[in-house]
Amino acid sequence: MTRFVKNSKEVASGLLIVFLAAFFAWQAMGLPMGRAIRMGPGYFPMILAGLLGLLGLIVLLSGLTLRPVEEENATQKIGFRRWPWVPLGLITLAVVVFGLGIRPLGLGPSMGLAVFISTMASRRFKLTTALLSSFIMVAFSWAVFIKGLGLPLPMLGPWLGGY
Amino acid sequence: MEIFDNLALGFSVAVTFQNIFYCFIGVLLGTLIGVLPGLGPVPTIAMLLPITFGLPPVSALIMLSGIYYGAQYGGSTTAILINLPGESSSVVTAIDGYQMARQGRAGAALATAAIGSFFAGSVATFLLAVFAPPLADLALKFGPPEYFALMVLGLVASVALASGSVVKALAMVVLGILLGLSGQDVYTGTPRFTFDMLELADGIEFVALAMGVFGIGEIVRNLEDEHTRTVMVQKVKGLLLSKEDIKRIIGPILRGTFLGSFLGILPGGGAILSSFSAYSIEKKISRHPEQFGKGAIEGVAGPEAANNAGAQTSFIPMLTLGIPSNPVMALMIGALIIQGIVPGPNVVNEQPNLFWGIIASMWIGNLMLVVLNLPLIGIWVRLLTVPYHILFPLIVGFCCIGVYSVNNNAIDVFTMALFGVVGYVLVKLDCEPAPLLLGFIIGPMLEEYLRRAMLISRGDPTVFFTRPISATMLGLAILALVVVLLPSVRRKREEAFQE
Repeated sequence: MTRFVKNSKEVASGLLIVFLAAFFAWQAMGLPMGRAIRMGPGYFPMILAGLLGLLGLIVLLSGLTLRPVEEENATQKIGFRRWPWVPLGLITLAVVVFGLGIRPLGLGPSMGLAVFISTMASRRFKLTTALLSSFIMVAFSWAVFIKGLGLPLPMLGPWLGGY
Repeated sequence: MEIFDNLALGFSVAVTFQNIFYCFIGVLLGTLIGVLPGLGPVPTIAMLLPITFGLPPVSALIMLSGIYYGAQYGGSTTAILINLPGESSSVVTAIDGYQMARQGRAGAALATAAIGSFFAGSVATFLLAVFAPPLADLALKFGPPEYFALMVLGLVASVALASGSVVKALAMVVLGILLGLSGQDVYTGTPRFTFDMLELADGIEFVALAMGVFGIGEIVRNLEDEHTRTVMVQKVKGLLLSKEDIKRIIGPILRGTFLGSFLGILPGGGAILSSFSAYSIEKKISRHPEQFGKGAIEGVAGPEAANNAGAQTSFIPMLTLGIPSNPVMALMIGALIIQGIVPGPNVVNEQPNLFWGIIASMWIGNLMLVVLNLPLIGIWVRLLTVPYHILFPLIVGFCCIGVYSVNNNAIDVFTMALFGVVGYVLVKLDCEPAPLLLGFIIGPMLEEYLRRAMLISRGDPTVFFTRPISATMLGLAILALVVVLLPSVRRKREEAFQE
């Protein structure tokens, strides 16, 4: 690949940072700026967004070159294809499921589901250990968080006949 | 002497049944997570933050600090026994410690690590007791411009001393500040970056951000290469050191202690930098540098003393100025805020019980750690056999319930999920997430002091350069940036971090 990209990690980080800077600047535009003596809520964020954009540009440019390069160094590649997409998705899903379930389902089922979904992220997933882990964690969180610390959380939520 | 009165007060606080108990829990947990690879003090403290709600502030802080310095001890155990540093600060210990273990001197290496850590921890705690109060008094005289300058200096220094790209680290700091500004503006009540969601009116929850980036993100990173860990543990025997050994470790321990104490105070320093520098110094001044990497006892003693001293003195800026020098200290500040204590120079004077109680507990904790680590070493070794695929789903579960219980609000759980992904992506792009956390915690304070300073100066930005203290600090910050960005220093620095 002959490109002007010297280091795709730098380019990607630069793009991401510039994008975030633009996003924050856009959000800050809707806020009152005020003046230096009495800064409004948008003043400091706007300065920061500008600074962030500048830094992002520097990072972006440092990853580019005018002389076309043949091959990138292996450490500079992002290697999207080798990212652990399945574990990343499953762990995120586990957390989201917990967040969705905690009110309607209660602590027990949502904790069990979250732990069970997480166990699937490992290549060494076994149904028996997964069920056992989930059960232990549910029992443990009941003992510690509901009985021990007295958190105001129902074990079973309204959808399952709890309160 | 005032300091003895203060220490007496501290011990009267720390030596109650309750506080000794929490100190013990702290160092026990610290050792545990130090031994377990893939679980560091940051996610552990983040997970436990919500639990500390119900505790009195002193007990909460005593327990959380115990986790931090306990992890420094535990990390070295695995580094020595199986060449697997449980903590990033014990990476250096693994070099010579593991070689010693292979030569059948595991006991001597462990004893050296424990003695070095204990000595360094005690001395550094004493330094903390001596230097923190005058520093806090000095800081009390600061006005808003000085505070602003100090925070800028702190953030810049943490970037300059961290590994990796300086520009990226700066960008992470700025991003952190922006995220930290989310929620209602203190002066006008205008919601910022909340996307009209009522749940975000108080801003992004700090615990959710920290746990997402350092807990969830870290888990995904560990799942990247799930290799089978065959644990070959060397038999541990002969914990007693020979006379020859003792002679060889005195120097490194003393040097490591002072180097670590100094580097720990600097933002971005703390345990990791200290241990690396101590190792290279010992190697340089040693009369037989060829032994390093092949089981030199000095290579264990120096870094171990340094990392524990650094861990201890990194409390100084946190307790006296309210400025965190590393992510763990950022979490400590979070714990203080949760307890309704405003971090800053007033803590020493207004909360003497808290301040001196924590200091006294550090001695007790260090003593407990020696007992926990040397005779009970067998138990910790057995823990190493717990495989990660059993461990990580439980960590996910703890993170979920922990973050939910902060506000009993599901939005925090979703925030954590989002920042888990963000944290992983950042790490993959070689953007260190630690500066982001520091920026996040300092951000709101930074804005407030900036606004106040500008109000006093009637909108004149030169105020930061006409007041001597603030000018000096900003000058130092600029100097630090220039020095780090100079090409020659840059190359040197990269070499140093590669070692």
